[in-house]
Amino acid sequence: MFKLKCDDFLIYNEETGTYSMADEQKVRDETERNRWKNTGWTILKDWRLYIMLVPMVLVYFLWKYMPMYELMGCFKNPTTANEHGTVASMSWTGLRYFEQLFSDPTYSWQFWRAFRNTFTTAFYGLLFGFPMPIILALFFNEVKSNVVRSIMQVCVYLPKFLSTVIVTSLVLMLFRGNGGSPDEQSVGIVSKVFQWFGASDSLVSNGLVYTTKYYRAIYIITDLWEHAGYDSIVFFAAVIAVSPTSYEAAQIDGAGKMAQMRYVVIPSILSTVVIMLIMKIGSLLSVGYEKIYLLLGEGPAIEGKDANYEVAHTVSTLANEWSNQQDRKAMGTAAEMLNNLIGMILVIGANKIARTASDVSLY
Amino acid sequence: MKRKTEVSELIFKIVAYFVLIVFALLCVYPLIYALSSAFSSSDAVNSGKVILWPVEVQGEAFVSVLKDNMFWLNYSNTLFVTFLGTIWALGYSILGAYALSKKRLLGRRGWNFFLVFTMWFSAGIIPQFTNYQNTISIFDSIGIHDLKWTVVLAMGMNATNIILLRNSFEGVPSEIEEAARIDGATEMQILTKVYLPMSKATIATVALFFGISRWNGYFWSYKVMTGQQYSWPIQVYIRDYIDKYTTISGKGDELYMGNWSDLYPNFSAISVVYSMVVCAVIPILAIYPFIQKYFAKGVNMGGVKE
Repeated sequence: MFKLKCDDFLIYNEETGTYSMADEQKVRDETERNRWKNTGWTILKDWRLYIMLVPMVLVYFLWKYMPMYELMGCFKNPTTANEHGTVASMSWTGLRYFEQLFSDPTYSWQFWRAFRNTFTTAFYGLLFGFPMPIILALFFNEVKSNVVRSIMQVCVYLPKFLSTVIVTSLVLMLFRGNGGSPDEQSVGIVSKVFQWFGASDSLVSNGLVYTTKYYRAIYIITDLWEHAGYDSIVFFAAVIAVSPTSYEAAQIDGAGKMAQMRYVVIPSILSTVVIMLIMKIGSLLSVGYEKIYLLLGEGPAIEGKDANYEVAHTVSTLANEWSNQQDRKAMGTAAEMLNNLIGMILVIGANKIARTASDVSLY
Repeated sequence: MKRKTEVSELIFKIVAYFVLIVFALLCVYPLIYALSSAFSSSDAVNSGKVILWPVEVQGEAFVSVLKDNMFWLNYSNTLFVTFLGTIWALGYSILGAYALSKKRLLGRRGWNFFLVFTMWFSAGIIPQFTNYQNTISIFDSIGIHDLKWTVVLAMGMNATNIILLRNSFEGVPSEIEEAARIDGATEMQILTKVYLPMSKATIATVALFFGISRWNGYFWSYKVMTGQQYSWPIQVYIRDYIDKYTTISGKGDELYMGNWSDLYPNFSAISVVYSMVVCAVIPILAIYPFIQKYFAKGVNMGGVKE
């Protein structure tokens, strides 16, 4: 209906008997005008497509973007809310809560501790959590029998699909201490192993999870247990994508198995590794809070428990702790917003780097 | 020289097999241990005699879980949330991903950004919690009083899954779609008759991801349903049981723990928790072998693009 007509742009030259283009500007104007007409038409024609988009957009708007609207609560005084408690009704306070967070002696140490812990937890997670899947993928490549490898893979993917509650319950039970009274709920099997190797009484009494210096190691190791196997899928796919001719060429050049690994396999999976590394760095600050929360519990109940806050309490768990306290709610919002903003900058930066480095990006 | 490489190769192979076998065993061992401990006597569990197989077998702990009505009520809540939540999330994700995969969609980049931005930035726990509270009061005012519906409709969003679906739909050759269109197929028919059958692996994967995350969901259900035990999912119940009857989570309630050994001399609370863990894991183990061949495929297809 709104198709461009050729006659408008082609001028017939009677002398030579050929067509030539009309004024370029005129063509452009005409196209532009038709484009806007066409816009309305394409939307009408494809209205079904837009209807399909509606549920998803609605869900994301209501439960992902509305919380962002609630974010302005960190610039407002919660005590001034009306009877419905809406953010809009509160009065503005400016950056008061940010100032409190940074410099008020009652709160700032908690915030800085949480911020430090978020970074260290993420850093150690990356340091140990990143190489493990690659190593597993290289090892899987050594297993030539498909059946054996499949069985192994089924086993190592499994923990990824257990819930955080199940994983932390198992951790708490297997690493539990006897709480000072050997006959009540005796030590878990892992604490038992430590006992055989001569662990101290306080360790056996508190259990490993609630011994501050072991907490981080346990957190990282159980994280590896959960994710390393599953994360190896991507790298294994890269390893088996190496073409057999590359191996043959290396063999003809006299390369042994180890040399093939060094000069064929590793260079060909390097781009995947780099991309995944950049992405991992990008998501550095989004440390999962559910597991930390479940390992941390709420409030000190047994000895040694409180001390874990020193190494375990992250910004998210701090915000969660403050979410029930009216006077700290706004500060908690501010703290987590800062954390997530830095996280977002890291993700976008990482994505930019990945895009320029290899023309591949996740988004 | 040649000999030396052979030796290093052999060592590498041995190390590879050793690490893989140990890691694979470690991944399944805790579950086997949980099963054995669930069926072992109080003494055997407490004194650490259980290593691999049940010691001094008893079935009372497991039977006590089977008889626990609240456990099974919460189990049915989890089934409800998993079933409806997966259908709901899969439904809007497939429709949305289909629309996003079309080049002719106006403002396609904008819609994509709308989706991807939620992966980059999240408002955080407190605003989300406030928002859920508002949602619940709105649902309440329109007559949806059951908190399970809030969990089904408002939680478990995952932009990565939508992107996986979108990428898979983009991989379907446009010639097939054109052919269907010439044959007079409507948009919905093209989606259900052309795109869905051709993206089976990805859809199975995404359904699995949604389903598992629903089955495993804990945090928001816990936050939103505090005190409303009739609506709890099973994960919240298990954690609550641990907090009440054992000291391992640093809590323990004398009211519940006090006379345990008088009431149940044959098994410990730990065995009951292990039994619950077994019950909560069984459905995952049951579907896992059938569907695991899909997800390696689905994960590889999605993710990296452009």
